[in-house]
Amino acid sequence: MLRVFWSLLHRDLLLAMRRRTDVLTTLFFFVIVVSLFPLGVGTETQTLRILGPGVVWVAALLASMLALERLFAADYEDGTLEQMLLTDQPLPLLVLAKVTAHWLLTGLPLVLIAPLVGMQYRLSDTEIGVMMLALLLGTPVLSLIGAIGAALTLGLRGGGILLSLLILPLYIPVLVYGAGAVEVSAVDLADTRPYLMLLGAFLLSALALAPPASSVALRISIQ
Amino acid sequence: MLQATQLECRRGDRLLFSGLDFEVDAGTLLHVRGRNGSGKTTLLRTLCGLYSQDSGEIRWKGVPTRRLAEDYRRELMYFGHLNGIKGDLTGIENLRLSATLDGDAADSDAIWEALGRIGLFGFEDLPTRMLSQGQKKRVALARLILSRAPLWILDEPFTALDMDAVDLLQGLIADHVAGGGMTVLTTHQAVPLTSGQARHLDLGR
Repeated sequence: MLRVFWSLLHRDLLLAMRRRTDVLTTLFFFVIVVSLFPLGVGTETQTLRILGPGVVWVAALLASMLALERLFAADYEDGTLEQMLLTDQPLPLLVLAKVTAHWLLTGLPLVLIAPLVGMQYRLSDTEIGVMMLALLLGTPVLSLIGAIGAALTLGLRGGGILLSLLILPLYIPVLVYGAGAVEVSAVDLADTRPYLMLLGAFLLSALALAPPASSVALRISIQ
Repeated sequence: MLQATQLECRRGDRLLFSGLDFEVDAGTLLHVRGRNGSGKTTLLRTLCGLYSQDSGEIRWKGVPTRRLAEDYRRELMYFGHLNGIKGDLTGIENLRLSATLDGDAADSDAIWEALGRIGLFGFEDLPTRMLSQGQKKRVALARLILSRAPLWILDEPFTALDMDAVDLLQGLIADHVAGGGMTVLTTHQAVPLTSGQARHLDLGR
């Protein structure tokens, strides 16, 4: 069973390496959106430090949405998805492999580039550290919840817009606590642990619930 | 073995077929015939479990397929209009992955042999999107060589294939049926289906 997981994960990473533009698009989108704000609101340190955490998180949500539409669509178009549905492997496991690949390609790069983005907003080292940790916990949740939406809107015309409308409201808790953790870490006495623990709880629930839900949605969508 | 009783399917508001009864036993080939749009693909996809029927039941070895779920899917090999291969992967990579997913013997020798038999030696390092339509179909057909599933459901498997490949596929189906396997297929081509017991099912009458 683990072998199937690795094979599919490896396949998706290999496919992404052969089509590198798709991965870079997400990353550049994130960097550009984040960089537009200082240009728009000015470079005053105080303003930037207040805006920073929120802007980074909103940009992360949008960047992760960007690649979500293609999560199952490519497999749907060439028939590999129906072959996956017809194997005796548990579908939630296959979904989890695909979501893991999606996160490694779109979520993890955002975590890694976060320090650079944080410097743009004059965030302190502690804040940047907390931001990376929060992104590390939060971005997989985005991929997992997004998979349900991607599975539901599969094969629909104009599915991209519908996907955003379905999924963005569900991202709100992650946004609130993700940005909250970074804001709180700016205050010396405040404790960021509850925020990070809540993000961890979101991650665990999403890990348990999203793959089965996406599997059911996929079976419905292929009808 | 595979048994359908009072099967009824609709697509949207259109009734495609109803009250369909048939049985496929070990060592039999069922040739589904009918005009374009008579519901052949729908029937085949319903048999696989990709579509759900509006009424009636499909049983595998006496048990409804819906209850069997993955135990039924393990016994099944579906070949549809879409080849189910990735254009950015090579033939070998495609076959290795589908063999892993199908739980078939996935050792490299078997895969190389299957590719050779299907006539794709020398093309194994090319991404399959560089191949011709017929060659892509051949890559997908190589899955049949690796498959150990007793039930093959083939939707128009002969389209885009040249004479050699048609002969090869016919041979594969004949061997499969002779070995006690079952095949349900649709085709418009006048392909002599010499293998074992061939039965016909006409849709859209």
